[in-house]
Amino acid sequence: MKLKKLAIAAVCAFVAGSVYADKKTTETTPAEDVNTYRDYFMKRFPGVPLEEYANGVYAIDKVSRDNWEAVEEFPPYEPMIEDGETMWNTPFANGKTYGSCFNDDPAQRKNYPHWDDARKTVVTLPMAINECRTANGEKPLKYKKGAIANLLAYMAYESRGQKPTAEIPNDDALAAYNKGKQVYFARRGQFNFNCASCHMQSAGQKARADILSPALGHTTGWPVYRSKWGELGTLHRRYGGCMKQMRAAPYKAQGEEFRNLEYFMTHMNKDIEFNGPSARK
Amino acid sequence: MRKTVKSATAALSLAALVSGAALLPQLAIAADAASVEKGKAVAWDRKGGNCLACHMMPGANLPGDIGPPMIAMKARFPDRQKLYDQIYDATMLNASSRMPPFGRYGILSSDEIDAIVDYLYTL
Repeated sequence: MKLKKLAIAAVCAFVAGSVYADKKTTETTPAEDVNTYRDYFMKRFPGVPLEEYANGVYAIDKVSRDNWEAVEEFPPYEPMIEDGETMWNTPFANGKTYGSCFNDDPAQRKNYPHWDDARKTVVTLPMAINECRTANGEKPLKYKKGAIANLLAYMAYESRGQKPTAEIPNDDALAAYNKGKQVYFARRGQFNFNCASCHMQSAGQKARADILSPALGHTTGWPVYRSKWGELGTLHRRYGGCMKQMRAAPYKAQGEEFRNLEYFMTHMNKDIEFNGPSARK
Repeated sequence: MRKTVKSATAALSLAALVSGAALLPQLAIAADAASVEKGKAVAWDRKGGNCLACHMMPGANLPGDIGPPMIAMKARFPDRQKLYDQIYDATMLNASSRMPPFGRYGILSSDEIDAIVDYLYTL
């Protein structure tokens, strides 16, 4: 009898928690979205301050946090920051450096992603890095891991403490934002999930032994040294991995869909400091 | 040699005839047990139902807690069809359900879902 009551209570909680996900993407403004998004997590995890969400699941689970803090004593991404700094300082074949594309300042995180109105597209930092390379006669780097992740680690490290803006200056930018929001909330794949299925509706709950991280703050800590990868990877690498886990065909790293998604998510995370690179399980 | 085989067969047939009435219900129970076993195997298989990702099932190691625990299933789902439907496509009952539509999206066959229902009814 007691078991039965428990089961029924669990069913009720499950249904009540699942009202959020199915929203039309254009019905609300970005400002309203930011409020709704934050409120959702503030209510779900009372007492967790906004800036803590930069730390993913470690903002909400004490045991995971203790392990993570131990890992951060000797950060696994430290050598990659150094490799990235070497890249930053090493001239291209034409004698110029990355600095020539970024005002000689590696602390660029706050400026990306941004809406480029001339090109009518969202420009991300990895994209700007590759455009810098091709403009200087170098081959573009692969977007998911390796050299680009190292350079991003250095630039993120130099940018720690900056806050994202991802401003939406006009209707074209708003359209890109809404497309990103659509990518976020559209159900997809054989499992019929959207991003919110796991990282809003189920944030803090367990999929087997894994605690699902809250969506708020998800873009701040990249690139990430993920123990599962045993190496550093980029945000779009993780996006692709997420989609595969949903049994959906992943979009291309730095393709329009993921750049719009990053734009939407970064906008949700404004006022939360960039703190990459970081370590995750 | 042939004679031995024949007589053995005859003996078996006779035994079957004599105990036939008693044997039949046992066979039915055996089939159910096989289905329950199959249902459990599919439910627990990561590449099958992978139900433990979200649901506690008695005896499982580190199950997830996203969905309700799978207990008192007969009391909660007296109507077998409703339990089947819930696995087939949970979004029919609740559009916001996070549960994958196992039948509708072909993650599991209807035989597999039936076997899982048999298994769930033992919980």
